[in-house]
Amino acid sequence: MNEYILEMVNISKEFPGVKALDNVNFKVKKGEIHALVGENGAGKSTLMKILSGVYPYGTYSGDIIFKGKIRQFNTIKDSEHAGIAIIYQELALIKQLSVCENIFLGNEINDRGVINWEKSYVETEKFLREVRLNIKPTTLVMNLGIGQQQLVEIAKAMSKQSDLLILDEPTSALTEDEIDNLFDLLRGFKEKGITCIYISHKLDEIFKIADRITVLRDGITVATHNTADLDESKLISLMVGRKLTERFPKVRYEPGEVVLELKNWTVFDPEIPERKVINNVSFTARKGEVLGIAGLMGAGRTELCMSIFGCYGSKVLGQLFVNGKEIKARDPGSIIKAGVSYLSEDRKGNGLVLIQSIKKNISMASLDYISKATVINENEEIRMVEKYVTKLRIKTPSIEQLVGNLSGGNQQKVVLGKWLMTNPKVLILDEPTRGIDVGAKFEIYNIINSLVESGVCIIMISSELPEILGMSDRILIMHEGEIRGELHWKEATQEKIMSYATGGK
Amino acid sequence: MNLRTSLKGSVNDSIKLNIKLNVRQYTMFVALLFIWLIFTVVTKGLFITSRNLSNLFIQMCTTGIMACGMVLVMVAGHIDLSVGSVAGTLGAIAAALMAKCGVSPILAIAITLIAGLLIGTWHGFWIAYRGVPAFIVTLSSMTAFKGVTLAVTNGATIGEFSNLFKSLGQGYIPKLIPNAEFNDTSALIGIISIILFIIFDFRKRNTRKKYGFEVATIPIQILRIVFVSVAIALASSIMVSYRGIPIAVLILIGIILIYTFITNRTTFGRHVYAIGGNKEAAKLSGINVKKTELLIYASMGLLTALAAIVFTARLNAATPGAGNLFELDAIASCIIGGTSTMGGKGTIIGAIIGALVMASIDNGMSLMNVNIMYQYMIKGLILLLAVWVDFATKKRA
Repeated sequence: MNEYILEMVNISKEFPGVKALDNVNFKVKKGEIHALVGENGAGKSTLMKILSGVYPYGTYSGDIIFKGKIRQFNTIKDSEHAGIAIIYQELALIKQLSVCENIFLGNEINDRGVINWEKSYVETEKFLREVRLNIKPTTLVMNLGIGQQQLVEIAKAMSKQSDLLILDEPTSALTEDEIDNLFDLLRGFKEKGITCIYISHKLDEIFKIADRITVLRDGITVATHNTADLDESKLISLMVGRKLTERFPKVRYEPGEVVLELKNWTVFDPEIPERKVINNVSFTARKGEVLGIAGLMGAGRTELCMSIFGCYGSKVLGQLFVNGKEIKARDPGSIIKAGVSYLSEDRKGNGLVLIQSIKKNISMASLDYISKATVINENEEIRMVEKYVTKLRIKTPSIEQLVGNLSGGNQQKVVLGKWLMTNPKVLILDEPTRGIDVGAKFEIYNIINSLVESGVCIIMISSELPEILGMSDRILIMHEGEIRGELHWKEATQEKIMSYATGGK
Repeated sequence: MNLRTSLKGSVNDSIKLNIKLNVRQYTMFVALLFIWLIFTVVTKGLFITSRNLSNLFIQMCTTGIMACGMVLVMVAGHIDLSVGSVAGTLGAIAAALMAKCGVSPILAIAITLIAGLLIGTWHGFWIAYRGVPAFIVTLSSMTAFKGVTLAVTNGATIGEFSNLFKSLGQGYIPKLIPNAEFNDTSALIGIISIILFIIFDFRKRNTRKKYGFEVATIPIQILRIVFVSVAIALASSIMVSYRGIPIAVLILIGIILIYTFITNRTTFGRHVYAIGGNKEAAKLSGINVKKTELLIYASMGLLTALAAIVFTARLNAATPGAGNLFELDAIASCIIGGTSTMGGKGTIIGAIIGALVMASIDNGMSLMNVNIMYQYMIKGLILLLAVWVDFATKKRA
């Protein structure tokens, strides 16, 4: 009998322009809790999507051997059928339906299309007992806390007789007690012979619960070790152990006076008003510096910046100062006028109007500067837009070209042009080089340099450690909505950042 | 620098791009001429007479005026189903004020316009500031204002207005020389329009030159001037050779010019298109989305009032059933003219071509004595087809 329940052999997966996974090997023993760790973009999610059939057989190369047989999953249904259940970070329950309806969604206990509610309720109660959840099967999911919802998800997986449970960042929204409860449950599953793949950024949890750990980095398997053979610093060095070969065109300037200051900034979740997303954050940013904000997915970096920009949070506490003056307004229009602009990480969703021209996109946030009594001076607009098109080297035959027809790099430059035209004192760049090619990245770095030289303060969020290290003058590291560390560029290393980012001290 | 030269030498490219972007409008214009040709043949020339075309233009005024407002509503990604019912109510209010309360036409018109503005603002408040879907808000008004119309009219026709009011719907521009052989004022207006167009076109050229931008070559510019001049001359001569330019048409032309200016040249217009194209991006660019949406509906209400006045004046009566299916005509005009049902795209001139298409189909079918039941069926199907074309072309893009 094979000791491995799952073997993923030589898995490779390419997206246009990027190799997301490169000959990854991943073996999970029957009945163990196996942690899968790596930085943002290391390939964890891609690997799990292949395993669960989200990326169907044929779109990747390599073999999946599950319970001793080579499998070809074409849909999630296929992998579920084989006994694999995945529980995502964002819970996939339907809030308006009851616990029972959710557990049997798509697998309703029925007789020729008529649901047998009696049996459904009895079965649901059985599964709820198994996950130690003391609620009625008829409770609506929206009346449950996040932790309880997660247990419902696990109960749902149980109902499908899964042998392999994949948990993706299961504790990110849980309280300490809920986490302890979850861990007890997972240990109980282990005794019953249910295998578990545990994905998390929180290293202390991993050392608490996992039997073995596999580390992915930049799409390759770095190592698989028994937890007992590792400690936190060893694990971190495995996660970030790349050589810094990429070179950055960073130019150092002397930072000037403070332009932006944040004091005791606390932000509450827009959907769950009692939950703090950002907790008591304070920092300053200076003229002519690049302030990097590092952190792992879900650390609250984007939420922090969007709340400064006035477009996130049900309630925001704290003070924002620009050039020493307190800004009380909390809407993007006023913040832009105060001199702060924010380039969103979601270029297509939050940045561009794809069905409009380059011209209209670039001038969108600064129409007031080029108009009198709300009438736009078209010629002035063309002149300004052409200036930015030339300065940013946007490749296009005409400024009337629709933005939707441009490449990712050029689209990013259009959004950048939009914010430069607002003439900001502070420019917040959220993942400014995501999804663009190397050449365009380099150009964006050069633009950042010239902005800093002209006295703009850049706040840059990035998930790429080399980028943060290569471009920042100072680095703030966030974890769970708080700033856990601050490093000057001279003392910053990948290991130090990762240690703060995973909750270490 | 390569880039710079490619930007400079872009006149030809931008003309090509312009044609590509407006291809829908050009095809609709060709389709309009095609529809006219068919009706002319089928009605043995009756359709193309200056009398009929003049009537056709008057008939399309109500739809055209409302379509201008509807373009903004739909570009912002919303809808207004209430314009028919609201127009009925506003027409009845104007009629009742004049015929029952003895209010002067000017005051009645002013009150009606203000009432329209308030109704539009009411819609805008619920949609923008209370987040109720536009579909529901205006569906509610569609029903509610049918009731208000019945209340105002008491279920009976209110009619017979002063000549001043009637002239807004039926009248023509008076002659300068009372016994001239043709409507000399209208001819003069046509000539002045052509001169104004030429002056504006050259002024635009000069300011572009001042900024150092590339301008179209002289032959291309002259070609454009000749084309537009011939179009203006043709349209005005049709009307001159009948009884002159109808006052309603003049009102419509005024609205077209104002709304074209608003959509193309003002920050408000830009905001509308940005909101329809990507609401999140608009919000994050500092655009006050709620205020803009409120203004869009206020403008729709105002134009509905204007359309109601023209319509009531043309019929010389307000009836309990007035305004029935106006919303279909206005929405269909926009969609036929290239306004996207998903928001973000649409032009005033396109919607006017759409309104002409709808009015031509109405007019042509009436001349052919097509039974009203088939007219409804055909118009309904045309709307379906136009939306389908919108989706089908969007997918390919």
